[in-house]
Amino acid sequence: MIPTATAERRTALYERHVAAGAKMVDFFGWAMPMSYRGIVAEVDRVRQTVGIFDVSHMGQLVLRGPDALAAVERLTTNRAESLKEGRVQYTIMCYEDGGIVDDVLVYRLPERYMLVVNASNCEKDLDWIRSNISGDVVLEDHSDHTQLVAIQGPKSEDVLGRIVEADLSAVGFYRAVRLDILGAKTLVSRTGYTGEDGFEIYCANELAPRVWDALLSAGSEWGVEPIGLGARDTLRLEMGYHLYGQDIDATRTPVEAGLSWVVKKDKGDFIGREAIVARAEEGSAERLTGFELEGRGVPRTGQRILAGGEEVGAVTSGTYSPSLEKGIGLGYVSVVAGDELEIEMRGRTVPARRVKPPFYRDGSVRRRK
Amino acid sequence: MSEGLKYSETHEWLKIEGEEATLGLTDYAQGELGDIVFVELPAVGQVLAPGDVLTTIESVKSVSELYAPVAGEVTDVNTALDADPAILNKNAEGEGWILKMKIAPDADVSGLMTAEQYEAHTKG
Repeated sequence: MIPTATAERRTALYERHVAAGAKMVDFFGWAMPMSYRGIVAEVDRVRQTVGIFDVSHMGQLVLRGPDALAAVERLTTNRAESLKEGRVQYTIMCYEDGGIVDDVLVYRLPERYMLVVNASNCEKDLDWIRSNISGDVVLEDHSDHTQLVAIQGPKSEDVLGRIVEADLSAVGFYRAVRLDILGAKTLVSRTGYTGEDGFEIYCANELAPRVWDALLSAGSEWGVEPIGLGARDTLRLEMGYHLYGQDIDATRTPVEAGLSWVVKKDKGDFIGREAIVARAEEGSAERLTGFELEGRGVPRTGQRILAGGEEVGAVTSGTYSPSLEKGIGLGYVSVVAGDELEIEMRGRTVPARRVKPPFYRDGSVRRRK
Repeated sequence: MSEGLKYSETHEWLKIEGEEATLGLTDYAQGELGDIVFVELPAVGQVLAPGDVLTTIESVKSVSELYAPVAGEVTDVNTALDADPAILNKNAEGEGWILKMKIAPDADVSGLMTAEQYEAHTKG
């Protein structure tokens, strides 16, 4: 059974979740909503119209100073130099051995870079960055006074448009702008983790409940509702997006994780470069692989993946996909295994087929790119 | 919760009528599991000892097992759950029954709880 929340850390929206009757869970020390109305209904809401998410547990780390760009370039694998002001980039930080520290969004803002990190990694990332920066650069942790509300779904622009003066159609995919909401300053980016069009709104703690309420009223015409972490995880997995701690971690390099596209080997030196280049040249024995179940069942983290009766890997993320009405998952699978797989569940095996993510291909985000 | 039903610590309910019993997942448990997407039904004729796994219930986020609270033999299963497992979320203690069993003559039902006791158990 699902544990009740005993977590000590609360976001500024905690009271809203409890008042709405959310099922709360302990997510790495944070009391967070797992679901409100039910995961399937919440996934459908985001895919069909629009939903809002409290993701204030995520961390915001800021680097500023003349050497901030050099620091980001050294810490992350993507090309930070090409990032223009007001742009956002998906990237990863690696250890010297190529293992992944975290996957992050980097925002290039006026006179600073903001790294948005996983809640589970915030302390670790802070220490890692602190011990790997040098020169004229200042590191600040803004997590405690920054809340993050995501609005996701094809009607996101209509809903957010009702509470801001700005023309949101001018805000492109992975762009960030300063916007006034309810008379206060916020940072809004056209980003998300669901495969749908949408925005993420960074604001001060005291503003967050008012933004939350305003979005719920503004979107009533489209049935906007709060969406929990359960639906968020299902939405992201339907897109094949990685989750740190499951699909990627310190033991995996971007080569086998399918993240080579965010590694710019020729950009100059960065932490992990040598190891990643070596791994790419020698090739990896396993690769993060998407699969769909062809029989009944729901794949779960840790289950063995077989091919022709032989063990060829293990599941890192699995769920039932409400959009596809079948079990889907990701796992590290031997590169020599074929497309016909089996997932071992409690003593029986269920046939599965290798599928290149995204599993769900009708998301509104694809119309934005 | 329903009057007249008996409840187990492992979240099964039983409606005992003579030596026959209908068994299902409690309404409390379906709420904790969330959206149920698959139910693996046992085979008719399966002989059960107390504690045996009866069914596996998969929800979107978790998997849960139901156990035989008493000894007996499966006489019927609710095949409607194959086509529409969400019945369990809508009406776990009625239409969403899972199986019927013939209770063994020497079965011990003294460990089962009343609705009131079960409610206290789930709040403990």
